[in-house]
Amino acid sequence: MSADDVAGELRSGMTVGIGGWGSRRKPMALVRAILRSGLRDLDIVSYGGPDVGLLIAGGHVRRVVCGFVSLDTIALEPHFRRARQRGTVELTELDEGMLHWGLLAAAHRLPFLPIRAGLGSDVPRVNPELRTVRSPYADGEELIAMPALRLDAALIHLNRADAAGNGQYLGPDPYFDDLFCLAAGRAYLSCERIVPTASLLESGPPQSLLVNRAMVDGVVEAPGGAHFTSCAPDYGRDEAFQARYAAAAADPAGWQRFRAAYLAGDEASYQRAVRRFTGSRAGASEPAAAP
Amino acid sequence: MTTPAPDSRPGPSRAEVCVVACAEAWRGDGTILASPMGLIPTLGARLAQLTFAPDLLLTDGEAHLLAPEPANGNRVTEGWLPYRSVFTMVAAGRRHVMMGAAQLDRFGNQNISCIGDWARPRAQLLGVRGAPGNTVNHPVSYWVPRHARRVFAERVDMVSGVGYDRAAALDPRAARFHELRVVVTNLAVLDFQTPDHGMRLRSAHPGVTAGDVTAATGFPLAVPGEVPVTRLPTAQELALIRDRLDPAGLRDREIP
Repeated sequence: MSADDVAGELRSGMTVGIGGWGSRRKPMALVRAILRSGLRDLDIVSYGGPDVGLLIAGGHVRRVVCGFVSLDTIALEPHFRRARQRGTVELTELDEGMLHWGLLAAAHRLPFLPIRAGLGSDVPRVNPELRTVRSPYADGEELIAMPALRLDAALIHLNRADAAGNGQYLGPDPYFDDLFCLAAGRAYLSCERIVPTASLLESGPPQSLLVNRAMVDGVVEAPGGAHFTSCAPDYGRDEAFQARYAAAAADPAGWQRFRAAYLAGDEASYQRAVRRFTGSRAGASEPAAAP
Repeated sequence: MTTPAPDSRPGPSRAEVCVVACAEAWRGDGTILASPMGLIPTLGARLAQLTFAPDLLLTDGEAHLLAPEPANGNRVTEGWLPYRSVFTMVAAGRRHVMMGAAQLDRFGNQNISCIGDWARPRAQLLGVRGAPGNTVNHPVSYWVPRHARRVFAERVDMVSGVGYDRAAALDPRAARFHELRVVVTNLAVLDFQTPDHGMRLRSAHPGVTAGDVTAATGFPLAVPGEVPVTRLPTAQELALIRDRLDPAGLRDREIP
């Protein structure tokens, strides 16, 4: 299927989980497809990066469920920052480990999982619906009862996959992409390259096959589909482009120019504009780097 | 090229004193994951691993555990630690993190989330990240590169990392792993070794007076009668910092 087909299967008001971490291996081509859609009022569950920022900037987000939103090498995400300071986005702020536990509970079809993280902090204050649970065993310890974070849909980006949805990561960290898929009613995987099933083990060992076809409902081939976040070893983070994004996001006029230059067309036109950006920086004598 | 004799080199800079003070945070921790946030704590953790704390585990900031760097500078991977395993190490207590703090109060409550009213903050920062879980699961230290009243505040706006008063109010079983070790700043080393676990001046860096520290602190700080001076780097530590860990001198740009 195409990235736009994925966006077409989503509905306004859905809870959508997005894999990756910060500015690392984010399903940005799928995010860009949402930017072209009329989807509204999404609740986004994410170890947040520019996925969250872009969707907020496009007016698609009602609530963010996260422990942070960061571009890694640029600590603060400008769109998220502005939306919070203007009060235009709702936030469920959780400890990173609580978010993990909420996804694990949803994946296991449990109502909650106990966790120590959150106790004593202001996380319960800003999430008054959070409850604690007491161990029924002799220790009697009181813990946070982290509720399951059930997702209507999950979006992840991996290095390789076959057409059936067996997906492979080749970088250093799986992040929580398998849990996002299992926590979701429908899971969509974009990848750098769709390969024949028989070729999957040519790129990495069996344990690099992070998700299987029972966990995935749709596969999109999207070369450069994590740009400008990292997708090691296929490509690193495009730091120059990320810096351009963050600078543009800092003021409304700059953002309008960025949108017109990069986000007005389809994915192919985005990738062409990125190559022009990279080529103009490298100088006319050097070929533009592949995404 | 000849190596200059140790005594012909300039004395330790403030940044180098801070690196060693950060390194000292992990002394005696044994075989645990050291997680430094930021340049100076990272140099400190690596220095500790190369000298008095060789058992420490350190990551490359991604998912590789790197063995102590051999003298030839080659990178040696000794393990794999993706985020899901970091969370397990946190819950298992096999970790000591040194985090930053936008605000820190007398009992060590830390804020990295936002400044102002949480519902509509004046300044949105990172979010609580792993601070709530870290502070109730394993030892935590803090690094503050600019010691100022704005940071060392009477109250913090969003408690991310849990302080001693909050931990004391919890079920003792829930708080049994809570331990704030030290706070290292550009001026001093602080700790919580007082009867009520209020913050105490442990040592002032060379050239800094107790008055300098209290003037830059927005709450009453416990100050001993005789304030020790933060220890200076040894010649070996100085050589490691300058020649191996940070030959580009990035430390002196962070702490002039």
